[in-house]
Amino acid sequence: VTRDGAASTPGELTVPVRTERDIVRARTAGKDFCRRLGFRPTDQVKIVTAISELARNIVLYAGSGAVELRALAAERRGIEVVARDQGPGITDVDGVLARRIRSRTGLGLGLVGTQRLMDYFDLQTSSDIGTTVVVRKYLS
Amino acid sequence: MDGTPTIPIIKLHDDLIVSIQVDLSDRVVLELKEHIAQAIIRTGATGLVLEVSGMELMDSFITKAIGDIAKTAKLMGVETALAGLSPMIAMTLVEMGMEFSGVHNALNLEDALEQLAEARQQRGLAWDEGAPEELAEPVHQPLTPQTPRMGDRASGPERTRSR
Repeated sequence: VTRDGAASTPGELTVPVRTERDIVRARTAGKDFCRRLGFRPTDQVKIVTAISELARNIVLYAGSGAVELRALAAERRGIEVVARDQGPGITDVDGVLARRIRSRTGLGLGLVGTQRLMDYFDLQTSSDIGTTVVVRKYLS
Repeated sequence: MDGTPTIPIIKLHDDLIVSIQVDLSDRVVLELKEHIAQAIIRTGATGLVLEVSGMELMDSFITKAIGDIAKTAKLMGVETALAGLSPMIAMTLVEMGMEFSGVHNALNLEDALEQLAEARQQRGLAWDEGAPEELAEPVHQPLTPQTPRMGDRASGPERTRSR
Protein backbone atom coordinates (compact mmCIF):
# COMPACT_ATOMS: atom_id res chain seq x y z
CA VAL A 1 0.00 0.00 0.00
CA THR A 2 1.52 3.26 -1.05
CA ARG A 3 0.86 6.17 1.23
CA ASP A 4 2.25 9.15 -0.64
CA GLY A 5 0.75 10.72 -3.71
CA ALA A 6 -1.61 13.25 -2.23
CA ALA A 7 -3.38 13.90 -5.51
CA SER A 8 -3.73 10.31 -6.64
CA THR A 9 -7.21 8.88 -6.55
CA PRO A 10 -7.38 5.27 -5.53
CA GLY A 11 -8.89 2.89 -8.01
CA GLU A 12 -8.83 -0.58 -6.60
CA LEU A 13 -7.03 -2.39 -3.83
CA THR A 14 -7.17 -5.96 -2.59
CA VAL A 15 -6.14 -6.85 0.94
CA PRO A 16 -5.67 -10.57 1.56
CA VAL A 17 -7.18 -11.59 4.90
CA ARG A 18 -5.97 -14.61 6.83
CA THR A 19 -4.89 -13.58 10.31
CA GLU A 20 -6.07 -11.04 12.82
CA ARG A 21 -3.19 -8.78 11.82
CA ASP A 22 -4.81 -8.58 8.41
CA ILE A 23 -7.94 -7.12 10.02
CA VAL A 24 -5.85 -4.17 11.16
CA ARG A 25 -4.21 -3.99 7.71
CA ALA A 26 -7.59 -3.91 5.99
CA ARG A 27 -8.73 -1.14 8.34
CA THR A 28 -5.59 0.93 7.71
CA ALA A 29 -5.88 0.51 3.94
CA GLY A 30 -9.59 1.31 4.11
CA LYS A 31 -9.01 4.48 6.07
CA ASP A 32 -6.45 5.71 3.60
CA PHE A 33 -8.73 4.82 0.70
CA CYS A 34 -11.71 6.67 2.19
CA ARG A 35 -9.68 9.73 3.01
CA ARG A 36 -8.38 9.97 -0.53
CA LEU A 37 -11.88 9.56 -1.93
CA GLY A 38 -12.92 12.57 0.13
CA PHE A 39 -15.23 11.01 2.70
CA ARG A 40 -16.03 13.05 5.79
CA PRO A 41 -14.33 11.83 8.99
CA THR A 42 -17.60 10.47 10.37
CA ASP A 43 -18.22 8.41 7.26
CA GLN A 44 -14.59 7.28 7.28
CA VAL A 45 -15.10 5.83 10.75
CA LYS A 46 -18.31 4.10 9.67
CA ILE A 47 -16.75 2.58 6.55
CA VAL A 48 -13.61 1.45 8.38
CA THR A 49 -15.77 -0.10 11.10
CA ALA A 50 -17.70 -2.01 8.44
CA ILE A 51 -14.42 -3.18 6.85
CA SER A 52 -13.26 -4.37 10.26
CA GLU A 53 -16.45 -6.39 10.79
CA LEU A 54 -16.24 -8.00 7.36
CA ALA A 55 -12.54 -8.80 7.67
CA ARG A 56 -13.04 -10.31 11.12
CA ASN A 57 -15.84 -12.53 9.86
CA ILE A 58 -13.45 -13.89 7.22
CA VAL A 59 -10.79 -14.68 9.85
CA LEU A 60 -13.26 -16.21 12.31
CA TYR A 61 -15.54 -18.15 10.03
CA ALA A 62 -13.75 -18.80 6.75
CA GLY A 63 -10.07 -18.84 7.65
CA SER A 64 -8.99 -16.89 4.62
CA GLY A 65 -10.28 -14.57 1.96
CA ALA A 66 -9.85 -11.01 0.83
CA VAL A 67 -11.27 -7.55 1.20
CA GLU A 68 -11.44 -5.57 -2.02
CA LEU A 69 -11.75 -1.82 -2.00
CA ARG A 70 -13.02 -0.09 -5.10
CA ALA A 71 -13.73 3.53 -5.97
CA LEU A 72 -17.20 4.05 -7.44
CA ALA A 73 -17.37 6.73 -10.07
CA ALA A 74 -20.16 5.86 -12.47
CA GLU A 75 -23.62 6.85 -11.26
CA ARG A 76 -22.74 7.88 -7.76
CA ARG A 77 -19.31 8.45 -6.35
CA GLY A 78 -18.35 6.41 -3.37
CA ILE A 79 -16.65 3.27 -2.20
CA GLU A 80 -17.46 -0.39 -2.70
CA VAL A 81 -16.09 -2.95 -0.30
CA VAL A 82 -16.25 -6.62 -1.25
CA ALA A 83 -15.42 -9.25 1.35
CA ARG A 84 -14.92 -12.59 -0.33
CA ASP A 85 -14.11 -16.00 1.10
CA GLN A 86 -14.35 -19.66 0.17
CA GLY A 87 -15.44 -20.69 3.63
CA PRO A 88 -18.31 -22.95 4.67
CA GLY A 89 -20.95 -20.28 4.14
CA ILE A 90 -23.56 -19.01 6.55
CA THR A 91 -26.34 -21.50 7.16
CA ASP A 92 -29.14 -19.20 8.24
CA VAL A 93 -28.47 -15.77 6.78
CA ASP A 94 -31.97 -14.49 7.47
CA GLY A 95 -31.72 -15.61 11.07
CA VAL A 96 -28.39 -13.89 11.46
CA LEU A 97 -29.55 -10.66 9.85
CA ALA A 98 -32.79 -10.64 11.83
CA ARG A 99 -30.69 -11.03 14.97
CA ARG A 100 -32.57 -14.23 15.85
CA ILE A 101 -29.27 -16.02 15.88
CA ARG A 102 -26.44 -14.54 17.85
CA SER A 103 -23.12 -16.22 17.75
CA ARG A 104 -20.86 -16.22 20.74
CA THR A 105 -18.41 -14.02 18.89
CA GLY A 106 -21.04 -11.69 17.52
CA LEU A 107 -21.41 -12.56 13.83
CA GLY A 108 -24.97 -11.20 13.86
CA LEU A 109 -24.02 -7.97 15.54
CA GLY A 110 -21.18 -7.39 13.10
CA LEU A 111 -23.20 -8.09 9.96
CA VAL A 112 -26.27 -6.20 11.09
CA GLY A 113 -24.08 -3.32 12.20
CA THR A 114 -22.35 -3.30 8.82
CA GLN A 115 -25.69 -3.26 7.06
CA ARG A 116 -26.82 -0.29 9.14
CA LEU A 117 -23.63 1.68 8.58
CA MET A 118 -23.58 1.38 4.81
CA ASP A 119 -25.86 2.58 2.01
CA TYR A 120 -25.93 -0.73 0.14
CA PHE A 121 -25.56 -4.27 1.47
CA ASP A 122 -25.66 -7.56 -0.39
CA LEU A 123 -24.75 -10.99 0.94
CA GLN A 124 -24.38 -14.12 -1.15
CA THR A 125 -23.50 -17.32 0.60
CA SER A 126 -23.44 -21.04 -0.03
CA SER A 127 -21.63 -24.01 1.38
CA ASP A 128 -19.77 -24.77 -1.85
CA ILE A 129 -18.67 -21.33 -3.02
CA GLY A 130 -18.33 -19.48 0.25
CA THR A 131 -19.53 -16.03 1.18
CA THR A 132 -19.36 -12.71 -0.61
CA VAL A 133 -20.55 -9.52 1.02
CA VAL A 134 -20.76 -6.34 -1.05
CA VAL A 135 -21.30 -3.02 0.69
CA ARG A 136 -21.24 0.53 -0.61
CA LYS A 137 -21.16 3.98 0.83
CA TYR A 138 -21.81 6.99 -1.33
CA LEU A 139 -20.23 10.39 -1.03
CA SER A 140 -22.89 12.79 0.11
CA MET B 1 6.99 -11.33 17.73
CA ASP B 2 5.16 -8.91 15.52
CA GLY B 3 5.87 -5.93 17.71
CA THR B 4 2.50 -6.06 19.43
CA PRO B 5 2.43 -3.15 21.84
CA THR B 6 1.54 -3.62 25.47
CA ILE B 7 -0.88 -1.07 26.80
CA PRO B 8 0.30 0.39 30.12
CA ILE B 9 -1.99 0.23 33.14
CA ILE B 10 -1.32 3.09 35.55
CA LYS B 11 -2.47 3.21 39.15
CA LEU B 12 -3.52 6.60 40.52
CA HIS B 13 -4.80 6.57 44.10
CA ASP B 14 -7.77 4.19 44.01
CA ASP B 15 -8.07 4.01 40.26
CA LEU B 16 -6.44 2.23 37.38
CA ILE B 17 -6.01 4.28 34.24
CA VAL B 18 -5.66 2.64 30.87
CA SER B 19 -5.13 4.96 27.93
CA ILE B 20 -5.60 3.23 24.62
CA GLN B 21 -3.67 5.05 21.91
CA VAL B 22 -3.16 2.34 19.32
CA ASP B 23 -5.26 0.63 16.71
CA LEU B 24 -6.32 -2.40 18.71
CA SER B 25 -5.71 -5.77 17.17
CA ASP B 26 -7.86 -8.58 18.53
CA ARG B 27 -4.92 -10.09 20.34
CA VAL B 28 -4.08 -6.83 22.10
CA VAL B 29 -7.73 -6.56 23.19
CA LEU B 30 -7.68 -10.04 24.68
CA GLU B 31 -4.36 -9.41 26.42
CA LEU B 32 -5.67 -6.17 27.83
CA LYS B 33 -8.67 -7.96 29.35
CA GLU B 34 -6.34 -10.32 31.14
CA HIS B 35 -3.85 -7.65 32.24
CA ILE B 36 -6.57 -5.42 33.69
CA ALA B 37 -8.03 -8.27 35.76
CA GLN B 38 -4.56 -9.07 37.11
CA ALA B 39 -3.87 -5.40 37.86
CA ILE B 40 -7.12 -5.13 39.81
CA ILE B 41 -6.09 -8.00 42.06
CA ARG B 42 -2.53 -6.75 42.43
CA THR B 43 -3.41 -3.15 43.28
CA GLY B 44 -6.75 -3.39 45.04
CA ALA B 45 -8.06 -0.54 42.92
CA THR B 46 -11.77 0.21 43.11
CA GLY B 47 -12.10 2.20 39.90
CA LEU B 48 -11.02 1.72 36.31
CA VAL B 49 -10.76 4.37 33.61
CA LEU B 50 -10.55 3.34 30.00
CA GLU B 51 -9.32 6.45 28.23
CA VAL B 52 -10.21 5.99 24.58
CA SER B 53 -9.76 9.44 23.05
CA GLY B 54 -6.91 8.10 20.92
CA MET B 55 -9.00 5.34 19.39
CA GLU B 56 -10.08 5.62 15.80
CA LEU B 57 -12.75 2.97 15.75
CA MET B 58 -14.72 0.51 17.84
CA ASP B 59 -16.22 -2.40 16.03
CA SER B 60 -18.47 -5.06 17.56
CA PHE B 61 -15.52 -7.11 18.81
CA ILE B 62 -13.83 -4.21 20.58
CA THR B 63 -17.14 -2.97 21.96
CA LYS B 64 -17.93 -6.41 23.33
CA ALA B 65 -14.46 -6.70 24.84
CA ILE B 66 -14.82 -3.35 26.60
CA GLY B 67 -18.20 -4.46 27.92
CA ASP B 68 -16.63 -7.69 29.14
CA ILE B 69 -13.82 -5.79 30.87
CA ALA B 70 -16.40 -3.63 32.68
CA LYS B 71 -18.47 -6.66 33.70
CA THR B 72 -15.44 -8.53 34.97
CA ALA B 73 -14.29 -5.44 36.88
CA LYS B 74 -17.73 -5.04 38.42
CA LEU B 75 -17.68 -8.61 39.67
CA MET B 76 -14.42 -7.72 41.35
CA GLY B 77 -15.93 -4.63 42.97
CA VAL B 78 -14.53 -2.16 40.47
CA GLU B 79 -16.50 0.50 38.63
CA THR B 80 -15.48 1.32 35.06
CA ALA B 81 -15.57 4.69 33.35
CA LEU B 82 -15.11 5.16 29.62
CA ALA B 83 -13.44 8.49 28.96
CA GLY B 84 -13.09 10.53 25.81
CA LEU B 85 -15.05 8.50 23.30
CA SER B 86 -14.87 10.43 20.04
CA PRO B 87 -18.16 11.77 18.69
CA MET B 88 -17.52 9.90 15.45
CA ILE B 89 -17.20 6.57 17.22
CA ALA B 90 -20.19 7.38 19.40
CA MET B 91 -22.32 8.08 16.31
CA THR B 92 -21.10 4.89 14.66
CA LEU B 93 -21.97 2.79 17.73
CA VAL B 94 -25.44 4.32 17.93
CA GLU B 95 -26.04 3.62 14.27
CA MET B 96 -24.90 0.02 14.66
CA GLY B 97 -27.23 -0.43 17.59
CA MET B 98 -24.45 -1.13 20.07
CA GLU B 99 -24.12 0.30 23.53
CA PHE B 100 -22.18 -0.03 26.71
CA SER B 101 -24.10 -0.98 29.79
CA GLY B 102 -22.76 -0.76 33.30
CA VAL B 103 -20.14 1.78 32.28
CA HIS B 104 -19.84 5.40 33.41
CA ASN B 105 -19.53 7.53 30.31
CA ALA B 106 -17.19 10.45 30.84
CA LEU B 107 -16.16 13.36 28.67
CA ASN B 108 -12.50 13.13 29.61
CA LEU B 109 -10.09 11.68 32.14
CA GLU B 110 -10.86 14.25 34.84
CA ASP B 111 -14.57 13.73 34.48
CA ALA B 112 -14.03 9.97 34.67
CA LEU B 113 -11.99 10.21 37.89
CA GLU B 114 -14.63 12.48 39.36
CA GLN B 115 -17.43 10.08 38.50
CA LEU B 116 -15.52 7.15 39.96
CA ALA B 117 -14.80 9.10 43.16
CA GLU B 118 -18.48 9.92 43.44
CA ALA B 119 -19.48 6.33 42.87
CA ARG B 120 -16.99 5.31 45.54
CA GLN B 121 -18.47 7.75 48.01
CA GLN B 122 -21.95 6.49 47.28
CA ARG B 123 -20.80 2.96 47.88
CA GLY B 124 -19.17 4.06 51.10
CA LEU B 125 -15.88 2.72 49.94
CA ALA B 126 -13.82 5.90 49.97
CA TRP B 127 -10.51 5.32 51.61
CA ASP B 128 -9.42 7.31 54.62
CA GLU B 129 -6.52 8.92 52.78
CA GLY B 130 -8.91 11.49 51.39
CA ALA B 131 -8.60 10.46 47.81
CA PRO B 132 -10.99 13.10 46.40
CA GLU B 133 -8.83 16.07 47.47
CA GLU B 134 -5.76 14.53 45.97
CA LEU B 135 -7.34 14.17 42.60
CA ALA B 136 -6.54 16.82 40.06
CA GLU B 137 -9.05 19.64 40.25
CA PRO B 138 -11.22 19.46 37.17
CA VAL B 139 -10.80 22.54 35.04
CA HIS B 140 -12.51 20.99 32.15
CA GLN B 141 -12.98 22.87 29.02
CA PRO B 142 -14.16 20.00 26.87
CA LEU B 143 -12.75 20.02 23.39
CA THR B 144 -15.57 17.89 22.13
CA PRO B 145 -18.87 19.41 23.11
CA GLN B 146 -21.97 17.31 23.30
CA THR B 147 -20.40 13.90 23.11
CA PRO B 148 -23.41 11.62 22.98
CA ARG B 149 -23.58 9.61 26.15
CA MET B 150 -24.65 6.05 26.01
CA GLY B 151 -25.50 3.47 28.55
CA ASP B 152 -26.66 4.20 32.03
CA ARG B 153 -24.86 6.30 34.52
CA ALA B 154 -25.09 4.71 37.88
CA SER B 155 -23.56 7.70 39.60
CA GLY B 156 -26.35 10.14 38.81
CA PRO B 157 -26.33 13.20 36.65
CA GLU B 158 -24.81 15.88 38.86
CA ARG B 159 -21.28 16.67 37.85
CA THR B 160 -20.57 20.06 39.34
CA ARG B 161 -21.05 19.21 42.98
CA SER B 162 -18.87 21.06 45.39
CA ARG B 163 -16.99 18.87 47.73
